[in-house]
Formats: sequence, structure tokens, C-alpha cells
Amino acid sequence: MESPEQIRDRLLARFPGAEISVVTNPGIAAQHSLLLGAAHARAIAEFLRDDPTLRLDQCSNVTGIDWPEKEIVETTNISTPDPANPAAPPTVVEQKTKRLQPGFLEVVYHLYSITHRHGPVIFRQRTGNRSDEATVPSLTPVWRSCEFQEREVFDLFGVTFVGHPDLRRILMWDEFKDHPMRRDYVEPDDYEWEPTPHGAVLEKTKAHYPTPPAPAAVAPVKAAAP
Amino acid sequence: MSQEVTPPPPSVTETERDELRRQGILLTSLQELYTWGNSHSVWPLNFGLACCAIEMIAASMAKFDIARFGSEVFRPSPRQADLLIVSGTVTKKMAPQVIRLWNQMPEPKYCIAMGACAISGGPFKQGYNVLKGIDRFIPVDIYIPGCPPRPEALLHGLVQLQKKIQGFKLTGPDAPRHLRDDQPCNCPVPEFGEHDLEPPANPAVWTAPPAIVRKD
Repeated sequence: MESPEQIRDRLLARFPGAEISVVTNPGIAAQHSLLLGAAHARAIAEFLRDDPTLRLDQCSNVTGIDWPEKEIVETTNISTPDPANPAAPPTVVEQKTKRLQPGFLEVVYHLYSITHRHGPVIFRQRTGNRSDEATVPSLTPVWRSCEFQEREVFDLFGVTFVGHPDLRRILMWDEFKDHPMRRDYVEPDDYEWEPTPHGAVLEKTKAHYPTPPAPAAVAPVKAAAP
Repeated sequence: MSQEVTPPPPSVTETERDELRRQGILLTSLQELYTWGNSHSVWPLNFGLACCAIEMIAASMAKFDIARFGSEVFRPSPRQADLLIVSGTVTKKMAPQVIRLWNQMPEPKYCIAMGACAISGGPFKQGYNVLKGIDRFIPVDIYIPGCPPRPEALLHGLVQLQKKIQGFKLTGPDAPRHLRDDQPCNCPVPEFGEHDLEPPANPAVWTAPPAIVRKD
């Protein structure tokens, strides 16, 4: 099967001007993926499905990822040579720049080919932000198997799929507010005691069942002489 | 019967009854007959929620054979069932449907909470969509701990339920729910709220346990 770079080059030749880039996975799995822009995503998806050498006719998995807003601190060393004495080592000033990486939501698709028995080809779509532009084009018209999974991403992450035939909540009830898989989801405060809390649940235990004040020190009772 | 009836001391002892039975004379009372028949024909509802349901199915198959206890007839309709085995995690979305099934079952009806999830939410207790125990909304007769409980545990729970039924009195203040007028047999179905069920529990069957103060 072609590598993601080869697929990207072929897609760029077929769709000039499309936003396609390769997202490398530095992990041991090294499953690199394609990042598609919203404008050509639907056409590219149809191409991936119908292209005779790829024929990715099965979409096995649709996943959402929440990337909240992140502050990135970059450290740069600025060296200024001494104008009076050019031979002396330059003074190095460490400069820290902070920038705010805007948050977005990401949808990941895993494609396989039943015909050619190869795969997966992974591609991603990203929303503009996490609030009013949380939309990506739906690929349910291309792969029917996306329907419920895109509904799940809509339900739990709040990504609106434009062009989805039946975009409703699927796991939570219709009256539910909020999207529980987002990182900033605040669940209702209905914690109850449990015997072996750990992690985030332990923090809740401490908040709901605070440690009682230590009892007043009792003078040790001397053992009676035998 | 409204007035207090103190039962007379048994004039025939157990050994005498056994002796008479060997001679072909059966002595019994209406209460004994009623609870005996009731306890040996507990038909469960054909209803499963999660992995505990797999163990429930195993209990009904040949190796464990729930038919030995008269409960082999899993009814596909709540109108014909006596026993609701809540076998698995009850999500908040599913809870109103479970309570509706309970309301559609005719009296006498019994409920077994099978496994950690049905009892308390189990490992998913703090989940955003998990009910912290079905006993918040419907009265539970038998709790079977386990994750999931083995089929033997379900059979043991069933035998315990049979013992409970055999201890029922037909009259008086100890009579079970279905023989009294002052206790409702239906439970209110909660509505879906913005984050939780409303109300989050039925105060007629469940009250919050007292707060636990940590020792450490």
C-alpha cells in the first residue's frame, strides 16, 4: 500500500490547492495520518473510496479528540556580539515567548480496503475552534458506516457534522446539555463515598469527606507494674 | 383482616406432621400452600443489560439449569413475569425503561439486583451516565454481589428469594406489598434532566446513607 506521503502527493496532483498535510506519529506505532482541510474533504473521501489502487471501501472507526487551548512557552537564545571587542564571546540572552495555541476538536477516520485487503489509511479533520466553529463536513454520504460514529462524536464532543442525514445524540438523552468527553466538562457534583478511590476520584473524596480534626492528645497510660 | 390475630400455638408438631405424611395424610395451611406455590414458580423477565446477563443466560442452560428451582420460563413480556433480574450496568438513559418494565409487571413481583453495577454502579459508579444502583428507584429484594456473579451465585440468590417468599404472611402488618392496600406497587418514572435524572432517586424506596467520616 502507498505511504501517506505518496497518497498526499497523488491527492495534491488530483486536487490542486487542497489543504493536505501529513501528521507524523512519533510513537512506536508510527501510524502517520493525513490532515484534510474542510473544503475538499468530501471530494477527497470519495476519491479515496473509488480510486482503483486504494479502494478504501470501509470506514471502520471514527474518533473524536479534544485539544483545549494551550499556552506554549518557547525559549530562544539571542546572542549579541560585543561591538567594542569582536573577539570576546557574545553575550547570550535567553528570551521566553509565550503564545496561546487555540483549541480545536479533531475527528479521526480509519479506512480499510476490503477489496485489496490493505489498510489502515488514517486521516483527520479539524474544526476551527471549540465553540462556534466546531463543524467539519460529514462523510456519512461517502461511507455509510460513519453514521452512528459521527453521531457519537457529535454527542460526546460537540462536533457538528455538516451534511449528516440524522445528526442527533446517540448515547446521552436528547435533553442532556454539554458534551461529557470534552476535557473541560464539569460533571454534576453527585459524588458518593466509595471504598477504594484513586486519581481524580480521590480528590473528590477529600472534598466530600474531609479528614476530621485530630483528637486531643491523650497522655499515655503507664502499664501497671507487675 | 384488620384486627391483630395472634396465631395459636401449633397443636401438631413438625415430627407429628412428618409421621402423618408418611401415612398418606397431608396437613397444611392456606398460607403454606400459597407461599409454596408462589416460591416455586418465579418466572424471570427475559431481560439483560450487560455482562451479568451472560451469566444469567448460563444459569438457565443445561449445566447450571435454573429449571431445578422452577424458574426456567423466562418470559419475554413483563405482563407474564414475576421476577426482574437487573443484570448489568443501568445507565441513566436506560433507567426509566427499567422502571417502566417494573411497573408493567403484575404483583406479586420481585427484583434481584445482580452484580456490582446494579447494586451501586460498581466500577462505573462515578461515570456521567451511570445510575448508582437500581435500588434508588425500585424496591430490591435480593442483592447478589460479584462482577459478574457466577451462575451459582444467581441460583443461591434465587433460593434466598424463595426462602423470603416462604416467610410471607398472608395477613397482618407483615404481609407483603401485593397483599396490602397501603403500599403502591408502581414506582414513579423519572424524567430526563439537563445532567441527571429528575428526581435522582425515589424517596419512597431509597434514602441516602449517613455520611461516612474518614478515619485517616
